[in-house]
Amino acid sequence: MLSIKDLSVAFKTRKGEVNAVRGISLEVGKGETLGIVGESGSGKSVTSYALMRILDAGGDIRSGDVTYGGIDLRAASERDMRDIRGREISMIFQNPRAALNPIRRVGHQVEDVLIRHAQATRQDARAKAIAALEAVRINDAAARYEAYPFELSGGMCQRIVIAIALACKPQLLIADEPTTGLDITTQKAVMDLVGELAKERGMGMILITHDLGLASQYCDRIVVMKDGLIVEEGEPGTLFTAPQHAYTRKLVDATPRLGASIRNLLPPEVRSPEPEHRVHTRPLLEVRDLVKTYPGKAGPVQAVKGISFDIKAGQSLGLVGESGSGKSTTSEMVVRLQDPTSGAILFDGHDIASTPSARFMRHAVRRDIQMVFQDATDSLNPRGTAASAIAEPLARIDRMRGAKLSTRVSELADLVGLPQPLLSRFPHQLSGGQKARVGIARAIALEPKLLILDEPTAALDVSIQALVLNLLVDLRAQMGMSYLFVSHDLNVVRLLCDEVLVMKQGEIVDRGPTATVMDNPSHLYTRALIEAAPQPPEPVAA
Amino acid sequence: MVDMTTSQPARKGDTTLGHIAYVLKDNPVTMLAFAMLAFFLGCAVFGPALVPYDPLATNASRALEAPSWDHWFGTDNLGRDVFSRVIVATRLDLTISVAAVALSFVIGSVLGSIAGYWGGWIDAVLNRCLDTIMAFPLFVLAMGVVAALGNTVENIIYATAIINIPFYARLVRAEVNIRRNAGFAQAAKLAGNSDLRVLAVHIFPNALPPMMVQVSLNLGWAILNAAGLSFIGLGVRPPTPEWGIMVAEGANFIVSGEWWLAVFPGLWLMLAVFTFNLLGDGLRDIVDPRKRT
Repeated sequence: MLSIKDLSVAFKTRKGEVNAVRGISLEVGKGETLGIVGESGSGKSVTSYALMRILDAGGDIRSGDVTYGGIDLRAASERDMRDIRGREISMIFQNPRAALNPIRRVGHQVEDVLIRHAQATRQDARAKAIAALEAVRINDAAARYEAYPFELSGGMCQRIVIAIALACKPQLLIADEPTTGLDITTQKAVMDLVGELAKERGMGMILITHDLGLASQYCDRIVVMKDGLIVEEGEPGTLFTAPQHAYTRKLVDATPRLGASIRNLLPPEVRSPEPEHRVHTRPLLEVRDLVKTYPGKAGPVQAVKGISFDIKAGQSLGLVGESGSGKSTTSEMVVRLQDPTSGAILFDGHDIASTPSARFMRHAVRRDIQMVFQDATDSLNPRGTAASAIAEPLARIDRMRGAKLSTRVSELADLVGLPQPLLSRFPHQLSGGQKARVGIARAIALEPKLLILDEPTAALDVSIQALVLNLLVDLRAQMGMSYLFVSHDLNVVRLLCDEVLVMKQGEIVDRGPTATVMDNPSHLYTRALIEAAPQPPEPVAA
Repeated sequence: MVDMTTSQPARKGDTTLGHIAYVLKDNPVTMLAFAMLAFFLGCAVFGPALVPYDPLATNASRALEAPSWDHWFGTDNLGRDVFSRVIVATRLDLTISVAAVALSFVIGSVLGSIAGYWGGWIDAVLNRCLDTIMAFPLFVLAMGVVAALGNTVENIIYATAIINIPFYARLVRAEVNIRRNAGFAQAAKLAGNSDLRVLAVHIFPNALPPMMVQVSLNLGWAILNAAGLSFIGLGVRPPTPEWGIMVAEGANFIVSGEWWLAVFPGLWLMLAVFTFNLLGDGLRDIVDPRKRT
């Protein structure tokens, strides 16, 4: 149905031309789901933009053929392309909230595409839009028709986006990271829905993802891309259990999965024995009946409902939950960026919750509790260099200056594996993994006793995630830090944490040693979370 | 992408000067704007020393002469050289506009930062005050201020600054507000910064790129505003050379055919405003580190 031959795409940039896609060929048959797997910069999204002819300014198809059902998409006029987009080939984008117009009712946005492609008239548009919403299993579609995007959850927004994409019954659906940023149970619901609809309608699909587990679960055939080239192609079963290309093997290795230790994520040639970390019996942090209430429009909202837990010195505690579970609020209260409504936080036996967060920067414990933020890009000042970010806590709290400061900054850069020449760069000149390392170096600069890690690898590629997780394990053993590891990814928590707490709607619903909780989940919700996580196939031993 | 140990040597263009050179080369309009700015600054600094005639010297025998090789822009009704007067006026007009814009930039930034960072009732009170200023027709407000305080250059500067404060305050407020809970602001707090330091050192500088666009547009408005005040007789007093007064005085002679009296100072005024308006995008690109790739 769709065939791409020798497609090359180049972008003009300040540093000259960048070849994003360098001659790839692929085909998608009717009713077939093709997975394109690769890390950021591999050209997987650019390929889909090129075939839809929606490349950014400066991007240009240099050579190759793109044919869809006998139509040459490269030669088609812009007018024909507008008819094809949405009716023949549809796209689902990564961020559903950004893909919807925030100031229009979602029903109207579904109608727009129906009317544009003459699938509905003004009179029956509403009924057809509601039918389209019902097709993506939205309950009470007539009421949802009136909603604005901000009134809906992320998963619901993605369903609306899918409804818009599928409204005109396209023959080919391109899903570009459709579930990134969604909760794990929502991800399962959305992917199951897309899979079912594709099957029902005999629709072809291209699933672009960085998640091998997801690709192997939902695709008939997978191509692996790296640096604008296809390095391997095959059935999910054979491709991942017996990868032929070194890069595929590296990807498969780096994906956290059942039965793999944290060192298994690294390529075999750089694996070293995993260092031991000592867990003391003395509690470092004791949280007692912690409550956080926000004033809401419809009465106060309890984000955290009286939770208690301990972290022992040297221990790594995983805090797992979906969005809205209160895990981020809890971690912000522990790191003293927010004040609890009630309850106590004892650090080394002293209450630190009694000092308000606005004055906590002068508290003696400030240096002992530090945090690595979720979004490495957002957590670095765009106007400051990497060195200035790492130097900040040293300069402010330790009053370090001059040569001593720069020596310490280079030491820290070495410790986290950040090459020295990168220290003078601005955040936008660094890659995601490099920014994550800067964030970690800043957090450990003062040698804290407790490090809070708020999904530190959520925005990273799997191979970078493997490096960063291993770095965290090394640092833990070297510096004897305790970790509070906040995450939604159970496979990652399993690798890193001694004990785990599962939070749901502000309460701890399950807790215990990681192995016990994960392998024999006692609580229904924990089980649902574990089952929703896509499991990549087990690779054959190297 | 995957290999994190690759490092690149510092490239040309990583330095501030290299970056400015790149921005200028990338956009010919910016280049033109900076060239014109350099010309006006040159006029302001060296103009009074270089002009062929004393801008205040009268010569009744050569009054109202059309442009010629002796008097490029002609002479006025008192026989003063229009060209000399136009060039000498540059210094005064630029001083007024730069001083007024600097003043409103500083005051607006402080007010806007406070409102945007702390929010709450401070924000509400401040916003209503700014709304009140903006509710007046701004030129009329400026007239009122000059009329009340007295007819001096300082008061023109104050009046121009007051009517521009709301633009800066609102812009800074919005820019600070979206960043007050950003990761880097929180990280700065963890590094031991007080709220005030987080705001001044970490958040505020991020508002500079859009501010630069506002500054350059405002410089243009401020010149127009100062000239406007002088034109209606509130402001710089004759015989001081100033573009607004010269246009006002020259306007009387247009009917009788002596067009050069009003046209040349008007043209200079237009070119100055034009320069500042073109300057905006270039200035923004220069202060934005993200443009350094």
